[in-house]
Amino acid sequence: MSERFDCVIVGAGPSGIAAAYKLASSGLSVAVFERGETPGSKNMSGGVLYSTVLNKLIPEFWKEAPVERHVTRRRYSLLSKDSAASFDLEFEPFNTPPYNNSFTVLRARFDRWFAKKAEEAGAVVVTEAVVDDFIYEDGKVNGVSVRMEGGAVYSDVVICAEGANSLLAEKSGLKKRPDPGSMVLGVKEIISLPKEVIEGRFSLEDGQGAALEFFGEALGGVAGSGFIYTNKDTLSVGIGCPVSVLKEKGLKPNELMDGFKKHPSVRRLLRGGNIEEYSAHMIPEGGYNTLPELTKDGLILVGDSAGFVNPSICKEGSNLAMASGVYAAETVIEAKNRGDFSKSVLDGYTERLKESFVLKDLKKYRDVPGILHSAPGIFKEYPDAILEFLQGYFKISEESKDSARREIKKLFRSKVPVWRLMVDLLRLRRFFT
Amino acid sequence: MTEEFLKPLEEKTLAEKLFLVRFKVDSASHLILDKEVCWECGERACLSVCPTEVYKWEEGKKEITVSYEGCLECGTCRIACSEGAIDWRNPRGGFGVSLRFG
Ligand SMILES: Cc1cc2nc3c(=O)[nH]c(=O)nc-3n(C[C@H](O)[C@H](O)[C@H](O)COP(=O)(O)OP(=O)(O)OC[C@H]3O[C@@H](n4cnc5c(N)ncnc54)[C@H](O)[C@@H]3O)c2cc1C
Ligand code: SF4
Ligand code: SF4
Repeated sequence: MSERFDCVIVGAGPSGIAAAYKLASSGLSVAVFERGETPGSKNMSGGVLYSTVLNKLIPEFWKEAPVERHVTRRRYSLLSKDSAASFDLEFEPFNTPPYNNSFTVLRARFDRWFAKKAEEAGAVVVTEAVVDDFIYEDGKVNGVSVRMEGGAVYSDVVICAEGANSLLAEKSGLKKRPDPGSMVLGVKEIISLPKEVIEGRFSLEDGQGAALEFFGEALGGVAGSGFIYTNKDTLSVGIGCPVSVLKEKGLKPNELMDGFKKHPSVRRLLRGGNIEEYSAHMIPEGGYNTLPELTKDGLILVGDSAGFVNPSICKEGSNLAMASGVYAAETVIEAKNRGDFSKSVLDGYTERLKESFVLKDLKKYRDVPGILHSAPGIFKEYPDAILEFLQGYFKISEESKDSARREIKKLFRSKVPVWRLMVDLLRLRRFFT
Repeated sequence: MTEEFLKPLEEKTLAEKLFLVRFKVDSASHLILDKEVCWECGERACLSVCPTEVYKWEEGKKEITVSYEGCLECGTCRIACSEGAIDWRNPRGGFGVSLRFG
């Protein structure tokens, strides 16, 4: 491949493909290099694709894309060791287009479809092609070196969309190796069940989906959370735990995963299922405070490689990835018109991001990652105390209600000092508001 | 259709789980450890953090063995090792893990 492209993109995930689609549709020559057998074969996410950006690129994409279900039900559960308190939301308006732009997806299938769309728009997508480094000319990135015959591919600009394991971004000097406290390891199992069983068990009608999040003691008392998302005839069941916590406590991710599946509130939902696949992937959850420099001469970082994951309650990554891909593409188009691919022009990308929900939201939730590390009580003491309190409240006994409830309030206060609860609640409100 | 789906989810060992995953195994490892550094390492974080237990301390040989064939390519070991002793390379194009669902 001795051709020269306007733009080379490393990685066929949502960020890279969104950029490729936009550039190819605008008539630029684009090549995407993907190391997997097919686009998506290396990629895993919990599975809710947020699609406001995609719906602008490909209107009503859900009519043709391999989406699993549209999310109409969300449930947030606080787990203690053996009990749960849940907040269950069902929205009928989310049952009509555009379905609140929330769809469960399986990435091996979805990414492949999305890459196909970019190809149809004119992009060249090369699979089984690992990019080992950028090629520099007078300090400017001028292409990539691909691990294949005649491996140098030249371009005016390179978009690095390599994902969370950001080897190239680090090599380029834009980014340092991330700190274990800013990375979360996600482990997931695909568990198959017949469609009817899923719809019955999760109280869904045809095509509707549920996203269940589990907080508190999902991981037996250490920082982290769990999830169950419904697909057509499988469930995506998984956990997330900060790498720093795994490391400090010497915990084994597979054991945390098995522990989560044994919690009574989770166990019940998985009955009769078969495990079909086991996978793991990191999530960059350091947020705004850990963002790297995003550009240099001839190079732009997008998606997870830049750390664009909103650590708030919805854990949005896919939408931010696609948005950053589109903004990178717009900036490349501008640079091409000006015939200047230097950092000063590419910084238009950073400006676009600042004006958009990507950096606005990341900035708003900038303190969330820190809070979760500084209030460890939320993963054990609080859920224990709250559920013990609720259990006492609902317990049927012959003690007078007044005295029983006085007792249980006293017990609660002895476990959780009021001042500490207030301080932590004040901190935690940032998580939701 | 009822009874079958009321049974508990079948438990699987890590080895059984890995058996379900599609791998195209290359002849050489994409994970290279700096043996000298690992020898002196006090934390050995790699032994616990890996979701497929790729790294094992071999008491006889007094070194860490790397079963790279079962690597899910999450990259966690590279982040967890404070010493930066893992030279983590992407496997050859098309090799390594290949998810069917993702
Ligand atoms: C457990 C888990 C749950 C998640 N849940 C959600 C969720 O519910 N909703 C949501 O919105 N987001 C979620 N996310 C986050 C979301 O998956 C990511 O934010 C998103 O995939 C980022 O897209 P990307 O294109 O930047 O990177 P990726 O999707 O990781 O794509 C990177 C691509 O680059 C390729 N690549 C890497 N290096 C090279 C190289 N050197 N040469 C060639 N190719 C290369 C990879 O093979 C890959 O295909 C979750 C993530 C995880 C791990
Ligand atoms: S890889 Fe890192 S953590 Fe593991 S033994 Fe070697 S130096 Fe220690
Ligand atoms: S990349 Fe992930 S699966 Fe592979 S050896 Fe490292 S921790 Fe284990």
